[in-house]
Amino acid sequence: MSFINYSSREINCKIVYYGPGLCGKTTNLQYIYRRTNPEQKGKLISLATESERTLFFDFLPLALGDLKGFRIRFHLYTVPGQVFYAASRKLILKGVDGVVFVGDSQIERMEANIESLDDLKINLAEQGYELEKLSFTVQYNKRDLPNIAPVAEMNSILNGRNIPYFEAVAVTGAGVFETLKSVAKQVLFELKKNY
Amino acid sequence: MVDSNLVMFDDEFRRIEEELQRLYQQTNAKVLFLVDKNGQLIASAGDTHNIDTTSLASLTAGNIAATGGIARLLGEKEFTVLFHEGDKDNIHISVISQRVILVVIFDQRSSLGLVRLRVKKASEALSRIFDEIARKAEKQEVKFGESPFAEISEEDIDNLFR
Repeated sequence: MSFINYSSREINCKIVYYGPGLCGKTTNLQYIYRRTNPEQKGKLISLATESERTLFFDFLPLALGDLKGFRIRFHLYTVPGQVFYAASRKLILKGVDGVVFVGDSQIERMEANIESLDDLKINLAEQGYELEKLSFTVQYNKRDLPNIAPVAEMNSILNGRNIPYFEAVAVTGAGVFETLKSVAKQVLFELKKNY
Repeated sequence: MVDSNLVMFDDEFRRIEEELQRLYQQTNAKVLFLVDKNGQLIASAGDTHNIDTTSLASLTAGNIAATGGIARLLGEKEFTVLFHEGDKDNIHISVISQRVILVVIFDQRSSLGLVRLRVKKASEALSRIFDEIARKAEKQEVKFGESPFAEISEEDIDNLFR
């Protein structure tokens, strides 16, 4: 759910990074945070456990710039990936405009990817959304590791709709901004349809 | 049902700001915020210079969402008021019209009783304004004469990421 303020000429949109535990959602946000000009970003907030596992969410506000005189802001959130945080994940999806699914490319994490994507669909449905109708981008992360599944295989498992997908190595930043840009574009064009 | 987008126009925005300003004076609070349930800051009153308002908005919404989750587990619809007490500053959070969150930060110059009383009154006024916004959106009375999206192109969006 975007917030369009004609009075202060601002448009705020919410993007959620979803995916199984340790797939690199927080790493995506950390890279975006590091590579963004100070005047364009707010604080990166991480509600994490002592071992740096996301407990509730990470939050990064980004001010991208002006579009036809309106300031465009994106609020990026991650969900806690671990299975038992299901209740928290559901809450964070509230009011989402676009979703990035971060898949873990390691062969042994394929089942976790599938489980997380199913969980995403269920949680969206509970909020009245359909993944098929939402701005959605898939990222295949950790492409630098040795034991990874081929992209074609990941596509057949995680990308039934044949939506935009990106190969990434979030720790080095490869594919991180491409992913963000893809989902942001979809969100803005979705708004264009309605306003 | 999916929430529709929140569209705010000058008129309603002014009325909301007036209402917050009034509440700010009546409660003797330090700062007031109005936050969308999804974590977007709508308006504020008081001295916000030393406060990271964007983060505060997002965390408040997370707080309300988590508390709402607990409420549903207990068979409650919602906990409409939260209060956190600090050494110096206190924070009073309340949900208005099930849609927006009013945050009042105050110190010893005010009191919980006063804040509660005034918030209750202001909530009714704010609630009316948000009902009106919702009605307008439903009837699509509003005209998007100056839509920022009318002519955006791929290139415009690419430029945002330069």
